[in-house]
Amino acid sequence: MKFSQACKLAFMSILGSKMRSFLTMLGMIIGVASVITLLGLVTGVTNYLVDTFADMGTNTISVSITGTDTRKVDVDDIYDFAKQNDDIFLGVTPMVASSFTVKNGNTSMTTSVIGVGEDYLDINTLELSSGRFIQYADIANRYEACVIGTYVAEELFEGKVSVGDTIKISGKVFKIVGIQEEKSDSEANTTDDRIYIPYSVATRLTNSSNISSYTFATRNTEDTEVAEERLDNYLYGIMKNEELYSVTSMTELLDVINQMTGMLSAVLGGIAGISLLVAGIGIMNIMLVSVVERTKEIGIRKSLGAKKRDIMSQFVVEAIAISTTGGIIGIIIGSIATNVLGKAFGIEAVPTMGAILLAFSVSAGIGICFGYMPANKAAKLNPIDALRSE
Amino acid sequence: MNNEQLYDKTRVPLIQLIDIYKIYQMGSTEVRANDGIDLKIMEGEFVAIVGKSGSGKSTIMNIIGALDVPTTGQYILKGQDVSKMKSDSLAEVRNKTIGFIFQQYNLLTKQNLLENVELPLLYAGIHKRERKKLAMEALARLGIEDKWKNFPNQLSGGQQQRGAVARALVGKPSLILADEPTGALDSRTSRELLDFLKQLNDEGNTIVLITHDRSVAEEAKRIVTLKDGKITFDGSVNDYRKQV
Repeated sequence: MKFSQACKLAFMSILGSKMRSFLTMLGMIIGVASVITLLGLVTGVTNYLVDTFADMGTNTISVSITGTDTRKVDVDDIYDFAKQNDDIFLGVTPMVASSFTVKNGNTSMTTSVIGVGEDYLDINTLELSSGRFIQYADIANRYEACVIGTYVAEELFEGKVSVGDTIKISGKVFKIVGIQEEKSDSEANTTDDRIYIPYSVATRLTNSSNISSYTFATRNTEDTEVAEERLDNYLYGIMKNEELYSVTSMTELLDVINQMTGMLSAVLGGIAGISLLVAGIGIMNIMLVSVVERTKEIGIRKSLGAKKRDIMSQFVVEAIAISTTGGIIGIIIGSIATNVLGKAFGIEAVPTMGAILLAFSVSAGIGICFGYMPANKAAKLNPIDALRSE
Repeated sequence: MNNEQLYDKTRVPLIQLIDIYKIYQMGSTEVRANDGIDLKIMEGEFVAIVGKSGSGKSTIMNIIGALDVPTTGQYILKGQDVSKMKSDSLAEVRNKTIGFIFQQYNLLTKQNLLENVELPLLYAGIHKRERKKLAMEALARLGIEDKWKNFPNQLSGGQQQRGAVARALVGKPSLILADEPTGALDSRTSRELLDFLKQLNDEGNTIVLITHDRSVAEEAKRIVTLKDGKITFDGSVNDYRKQV
C-alpha cells in the first residue's frame, strides 16, 4: 500500500470521528502552543534585558590604572592609543568621580560629580533636554562648566533651571551649560543624581595628579574581545605588571545574562515539553481504543492480503496525522499567544523559528513513537480472531 | 524457478492437504479440530465441505484459506507449501490466490462499494487507474456497477453479498472460498448467489463452499463431510444422496 493511500485512510478516519480526533489533538495543541509561547516570551525577555544592558553600554570597557612613579600612563597617552586604534574604538573618556557639596544660593545638597571627556555623551548615549554637553574647549581651557541631572535640578532649583544659571561646587562657581534628559525618574542615587564637569577641572577639584579610570567604547559589541586584548597588550607594554591595571568589559556580564535566560528557557521549555509527553500518551490511548474498535476491519484487510507493514503504516500514519495536525494548530495558536502576551507584558516577543521547528518535529516524533505501539498491536492481530470479532 | 511455475494444473491438484492436524490446547484438554485430514481438489472443481458446528469445517476452511497454518501436516496450494509460511507470506498467498466470500459479507463500512472491491488490488500494489477499471468490471459482472458510490449500509443484504463476491473475483484468484455465503440471505437471493457460483464454476473457476446446510451443499459437484475433525464422506452429489 502506498503512502498516499495511508494518508487518505488516516484523514478519513480522523474526519470520521471529529469530536474524538479534536479532543485527542487538544493535548497536542496545548502542548505545542505552550512550548512556543514560553520560548517566545523568554526570548523576548532576553532581548529586553540585552537591550537594557546595551543601553548601559555592552560595548564599553572599563580600564583602571594604578601605575607607579616611573611606570605611568597619562591622559594624552590614552587618547593617542584610542586614536591609533580607531578602527575598533568609538571613543574614550577619563572618569574622575567624586562626591561634593553643591550649592545654589542657600540650597545645598551632596551629589556625585564626574569629570569626563567630550566623548562621554556618545559612549553612554546620553540625551540632553537643553543646552550642550562638555566640549573639548571646556577641557582644554579648564572652563568651569557643568551638565546637571534632573534630580539635581529638582533639588537645587525645584525644576526651574535654565542654561546659563550658576551653581557652586566645592565653593567654586560653575556655569550650567546643559541639562540631562530624565533617565531614572529623577530619584536619588541614580543617573539623574549627577553632575558632569570637564575632567581637567575635576582633577583640580580632587587634587589628583593623575587619572586612574577610563571608559572605552568599541564600535561594535563583537569588537570588545579584540579591544580588550589590544588594551591589555598596550598597558602591559608600559606597566610590565598585570597588578598595576585592570581591563573589564560589559560583555562578560552579558554572557552571564544569556546563560541565565538560556537556563530559564530550558526549564520552561522542559515543563511545557512534559505536556507534549502527556499529549503523546493521550494519542497512544486513543489509538489503542481505535485498534480494538477496528479489529474487524483489520481482519478483513488482512484476509484480503494486507501485510503487517500495510496495517502498521495505516495506524502510524493516522497517529502522525493527528499529532502533526494538532502540532500545526498549536503553532498557530502559540504564535498568536506569543504576540498578544508579549504586548501585554510590554516586551517584543516573537515565536522563534527554532521553537516552531522543535515543536513540530517533537509532535511528529510523538506521533511515530506513541503510534508505534498500537499500530504494532494491530499489525500483529491474528486474521482469524480479528475476523471473528464484532 | 519457483514452485508456482512448476505447477501443472492438468496433473497436480490445486489443493493438496496431507495429513493435516490442527490441535488447540484448551486449558488442560487437547482439542483436535482437524484430526488427520487428507484431501485433494483439482482445478475446476466445485466442492462443498459440510459439517455441523464443531466438526472442524471452519478450521479446515481457515487452513485452506491460508488464514491459519496446521499444527502438523502439509498444505500444498498451487504447488506452494503454505503450511510453514509466516504471516506476510500467507497474506500474499491470500491476496494472489484466494477470493473470500464471507457469511457476513465483511465489507468495510466506512468505504464505498468501489473502494471495498478495490481492496485486494490495493494490497497487490496495482495502480489506481487499473484498480478502478478492474473493480468496475467486477461490479458490472454482478450487476451492481450503478451502486459503486454507495456505502454498505445503503445496500440490501443481497447487494452487499454481490459486492463481496465482486471483491472475491476482482483479483482473478485461482480459488474461490465461500464460507456460509447464503447464511444471511433470504431464499431468493440465496438461489441467485448459488446459481452465480455454478456459473463461475462452469467458466472454469475452482470453488470450495463451506456450509452446514445440506441443501446448499448439494449445489456443488463434489461433497466432503466432516465429523469430529475427520473426513467421513468424500464423493459426488449422487453418491452423497444415496449414502444418506
